[in-house]
Amino acid sequence: MAELSVNFAGIRAPNPLWLASAPPTDKAYNVNRALEAGWGGVVWKTLGEDPPIVNVSGPRYGYMHGGERRLLGFNNIELITDRPLAVNLREVAEVKKNWPDRALLVSVMVPMKEESWADIVARIEDAGADGLELNLGCPHGMSERGMGAAVGQVPEYVAQVCAWCKKHSRLPVVVKLTPNVTDIRQPALAAQEGGADAVSLINTINSIMRVDYDTLSVWPAVDRKGTHGGYCGPAVKPIALHMVAEIARDPRTRGLPIGGIGGVETWRDAVDYLALGAGTVQVCTSAMTYGFRIVDDMLQGLARFLDEKNLHSVDRLVGAAVPSLTDWKYLNLNYVEKAWIDQDKCIQCGRCHIACEDTSHQAITHEVNGRRHYEVIPGECVGCNLCAAVCPVEGCITMRPAGAAEHADWTTHPNNPARTAG
Amino acid sequence: MPTPAEIEKNFTDIHPPLSGHGGLVESARCYFCYDAPCVSACPTGIDIPGFIHQIRSGNGDGAARTILRANIMGGMCARVCPTEILCEEVCVRNKPGDSPVRIGLLQRHATDPVLERGVQFFRRAESTGKRAAVVGAGPAGLACAHQLALFGHAVTVFEKQKKPGGLNEFGIAAYKTVDDFARREVEYILAVGGIEMRAGAELGRDITLEELRGEFDAVFLSPGLGGVNRAGVEGEGLDGVMDAVGFIAALRQAEDKSRIKVGKKIVVIGGGMTAIDIAVQTRKLGAEEVTIVYRRGPEDMRASRHEQDFARSNGVHFRCNARPARFIGEGTVRAAEFTVDGGETITLAADMVFTAIGQALGGGIPEGLSTADGRISVTADRATSIPGVWAGGDCVAGGDNLTVTAVEDGKVAARSIHRFLGGGHG
Repeated sequence: MAELSVNFAGIRAPNPLWLASAPPTDKAYNVNRALEAGWGGVVWKTLGEDPPIVNVSGPRYGYMHGGERRLLGFNNIELITDRPLAVNLREVAEVKKNWPDRALLVSVMVPMKEESWADIVARIEDAGADGLELNLGCPHGMSERGMGAAVGQVPEYVAQVCAWCKKHSRLPVVVKLTPNVTDIRQPALAAQEGGADAVSLINTINSIMRVDYDTLSVWPAVDRKGTHGGYCGPAVKPIALHMVAEIARDPRTRGLPIGGIGGVETWRDAVDYLALGAGTVQVCTSAMTYGFRIVDDMLQGLARFLDEKNLHSVDRLVGAAVPSLTDWKYLNLNYVEKAWIDQDKCIQCGRCHIACEDTSHQAITHEVNGRRHYEVIPGECVGCNLCAAVCPVEGCITMRPAGAAEHADWTTHPNNPARTAG
Repeated sequence: MPTPAEIEKNFTDIHPPLSGHGGLVESARCYFCYDAPCVSACPTGIDIPGFIHQIRSGNGDGAARTILRANIMGGMCARVCPTEILCEEVCVRNKPGDSPVRIGLLQRHATDPVLERGVQFFRRAESTGKRAAVVGAGPAGLACAHQLALFGHAVTVFEKQKKPGGLNEFGIAAYKTVDDFARREVEYILAVGGIEMRAGAELGRDITLEELRGEFDAVFLSPGLGGVNRAGVEGEGLDGVMDAVGFIAALRQAEDKSRIKVGKKIVVIGGGMTAIDIAVQTRKLGAEEVTIVYRRGPEDMRASRHEQDFARSNGVHFRCNARPARFIGEGTVRAAEFTVDGGETITLAADMVFTAIGQALGGGIPEGLSTADGRISVTADRATSIPGVWAGGDCVAGGDNLTVTAVEDGKVAARSIHRFLGGGHG
């Protein structure tokens, strides 16, 4: 059986699936249920200075559905904890005492003043937490008050807060990054320079879900007014994976532990993050969608996968896919793939044809000898993968290698005015 | 025997409509095929993926408009079309482990609210000053009248019955069109305006084709099939031996179905939809034993396999490869005798025998009309051999005797008539 335990920046946990700082980790009741369900750790919902903030009592969440109302995108305007600091700290201490083997980090956010950070991180350490996660990413509400993303978007502030926390606490410091920046590597570098032990990402993305078609106001609205919220859920995973991988493959931040966050719903999603360099995976939306039990298959599936691939431990999976990531200019321009349609699986819906015909390269037939028949015309196919993307049948359209000459990329291509050789 | 309440329950909708949520879930199953097979399989060519996409996008009225633009009787067709041998048979999801999108139910999901609210999508064009006569207010006649009215022609419909609707009103099994849907649909169609209904006027009795040709600029004939085929065997005159069509009509028009007398042991002769309808309906009325006897094998029946299974699930027995030899009884029938392929004779006890062995043009075909197989011959435009006269529905040769094909006949003929009357391509 595969070894799922992890040591993340000095914090040990029986598995890498942790609950992210969010509504599910707001209080002991929920956290106890999560740990009973098998989660390897939790990041307690962000603590702040007293008096506690106040949340809206209208809709806090917006959503975007796929077919059959499957939740694909989710957004929220909830703020940090709205409970007194002492209550949270007392519960943190209790939970840690009852669950010594699990990772218990506490998310924290206070104004940009050293004494504020110094005071609260000391109290969190006293409560028995295993680590700090600095919330430098919340994109709504708190950022208007100079906290959250307002700090995370300025690398100098990131470095400064990290330095204060390291100075005033012995706990490992994880910096949770905001994706609402142009280059995620800058705040990650700043965190490292400030002495952070790890980063976690992504926090939620600035978003507006839609309008209300009857009132023509933003939706959801609180008494006819709405505001942008933080976007998450399955739809954001590719954005988050890119940011995680950028940090993982940058030589300057190589080796910096990364907590991967964003759209994790199954063990496959967890594998994506781990293989692209994350040492743990944090989950929120899928737990909020299906309940804590969703961790069952994540754990079983991940363990089975590690054994099947002869990896047997999470450590050996972490970063396994990072070397395969490169810049566009190094892609082999001589490599050729062609789409291939399995006629036994084809149900003849014609979607591949019309997609290719209207929007791509006219490389798929509609009729052959007067009969409805979909087949790739290899001479026209550029191997773009659109047909496979739109096909409703799993495994019906696949891309097949169609010969590769010697590697040649843009750096040496004759059409490149700045080519280096060739 | 079932109580009146049980009978009422027996005749409720056999395919209850989809809920709002059910409609969304089912619409999400459509793959939005390109050049979709279901569209080709629909005799009226409804843009099925298009209207299902509209249901899914929350544009329900737009979906109804897409349907009704191609088929003004989309509501009835959603109920009575044998979708299992039309659109749903060719759905690309019709693969092992999967099932076709329930197009019929989705079509009803889209059209019901529109008829309920009386939303009219189409407006009549400016009056052309031309007048057209339509004979028969069944699906073909009403579809033709509606389309002609949209083109701006003044239409007069002659219907021999006291009310319009044709087989939608008098023929289709009661459990397929509950809540007086046929009447409501006719009202919706006539609400477009420009259509005068003359009920109780029969071609050949009250009016002649010659008179119509003299008075109107164009004539569309869709009188249906007034006659029924007879078994032509001994004992056909016995009490209790009757044609299914008349009984079904009486059942449809009955205020109280529990007052309809039905036998205990019933034999139905035939293999089409009429046979299935009478067999199932007599079962629902309380008949104890109902047997459909068909002269060939089950695969030759005009009723689809789906319809045969439906009858079986309602307790109807089948006896194939048997031809009626004679009906036995003294004044009233008590048994029917059949010759089975191979020569053996079987006798089935029966206190009611229904013949459902096809219908024929009744009342004589107007002179000068070419016919084939006892029905009126038409061109692809549904034009007859007489200039200025078109025909459609069950009375024409080569048809499928379906509501949906009748609607298409009416639509195609109306376009041809419009061109004939000097209009453009409608």
